[in-house]
Amino acid sequence: MSLDLFSQYIFAGITYGIIYAIVAIGFNIIYNTTGIINFAQGEFVMLGGMTAISFNHFIPLPMAIIAAVLFTMLIGALIEIVFIRWLESPSVLRMIIITIGLSIIIREIALHVWGDTVRALPYFTGNVVSSVTLLGASISPQVLWVLAVCSCIVVLLSLFFKFTPLGKEMQACAANRLAATLCGINAKNMVTFSFMLSAAIGAVAGCVVSPITSSQYDMGTGLAIKGFTVAVLGGLGNSMAAVAAGLLLGILEAFSIAVGFPLAFQDAISISILLIILFVRPHGLFGNKEAASLKEF
Amino acid sequence: MLKIRNIESGYGKLRVLKKISLHVDGGEIVTLIGANGAGKTTLLYTIAGMIRATGGDIVLLDRNLKSSTPQQIVKMGCSLVPEGRQVFATMSVEDNLILGGYVRYKRDKEYSQVSELSAIYDLFPVLKDRKNQLAGTLSGGEQQMLAMGRALMAGPKLIMMDEPSTGLAPLIVKDIFKIILRLREAGNTVLLVEQNAKAALSIADRGYVLETGKIILQGPADDLLNNSDVQRAYLGRDVDVETATCDIV
Repeated sequence: MSLDLFSQYIFAGITYGIIYAIVAIGFNIIYNTTGIINFAQGEFVMLGGMTAISFNHFIPLPMAIIAAVLFTMLIGALIEIVFIRWLESPSVLRMIIITIGLSIIIREIALHVWGDTVRALPYFTGNVVSSVTLLGASISPQVLWVLAVCSCIVVLLSLFFKFTPLGKEMQACAANRLAATLCGINAKNMVTFSFMLSAAIGAVAGCVVSPITSSQYDMGTGLAIKGFTVAVLGGLGNSMAAVAAGLLLGILEAFSIAVGFPLAFQDAISISILLIILFVRPHGLFGNKEAASLKEF
Repeated sequence: MLKIRNIESGYGKLRVLKKISLHVDGGEIVTLIGANGAGKTTLLYTIAGMIRATGGDIVLLDRNLKSSTPQQIVKMGCSLVPEGRQVFATMSVEDNLILGGYVRYKRDKEYSQVSELSAIYDLFPVLKDRKNQLAGTLSGGEQQMLAMGRALMAGPKLIMMDEPSTGLAPLIVKDIFKIILRLREAGNTVLLVEQNAKAALSIADRGYVLETGKIILQGPADDLLNNSDVQRAYLGRDVDVETATCDIV
């Protein structure tokens, strides 16, 4: 394989990998405050992309993206307030089943609203054919947008959880809800906030990726599975590890095509990785075994 | 400091507390003893706002807490150290303490996290040695100290402790009770719930005996310690199945 082709595959892998990482981070945020996996996370990505496309008919692109992100945040908050908040000490399993149900409902509503046509946002800069040459690979400027935006999200989030009171309070709710309440933290508001944050991140990812991969009402499911694989691969709750795991999965997928696996096997690869990880290292590649053993789920 | 009048509370239709009245004055250690299922924890949870009282009044520093949320009650200066420690197991010891102080940090401009932390580390030197360790990896006694330290970070006027001696070795229990005495010396007010009646009464100023949701005895701790009913029922002077667990110290 020539060096040019090699870097071409690497870039393709990184682009998809970072998107998976962003979806995984969305999982991690909600997991970190509630201890549950929100399987409607992929639907947030879809909603972000689809609403931005619709808004873009009326307002310019940057405004449409901001509006779409706010709209998705609102949906995230509504989901939490209507379906999760009023439950008195729900079990983890019950909450997971609720989120799976929600993901199906959102998908069906999206099908009714937008139909099954494939749509896409316009490229942020340039168009379909414009490209930049980097390390011998010719890549679309949109790929650079994806990389830049996603990296910013990752850095800002990790700063948020490490250094801000709100971030620590959200972590405390995940670690022990009873104790958090007794410390004067409003656990219910933290959960609402985590849904909003993770919806917003999903929506941003849905917008930046839309020009490359297009958006459709059912794009969420696939992304959710990939994102979940990445989250588990990196170690649930660990956002930095999710980035590494996401890049790893993206690059693996890209090179699996290079070595002659049919494209259709792409999903099979990530599912196999998920299974292997769950068997061999359930706390993830970079997860802390000590911390994992202290968690309930 | 805390006045409770005719409080009634319970879970759903189950009435656990039946018209309980008690009071805690500033600078006192008041202990509440009773057997399993007497309603001790229920009473503390009701004061802390985790369970809504169905009748009666809870007044803390002239403010009625009856319809306040747990968050508001912590802000008013009443913290509960729950039974079984309940630390944030996956976070560091220092983060645990810092989280305990956020209620004050947010509204009190003069609140200094650093000096507050060092005060806690003075009280519990072992926590300072382990401040970067995950809280879940601490021993039972250390976790109890962490839970107490975390509650103190909020600067409570009244600190309630639910069975701090549960599951700890007798030697550690002694340390914990010494710390409770030091808290009183520092001017704190403590409401202590214990099954270990002898140890609790020996450090307390006053005590209440709770039985099936009612207060059956009250008075200075020394009187209760010498009361023949209390001795028979809770101090294991008489052969009684229930007292077997109360004879630790």
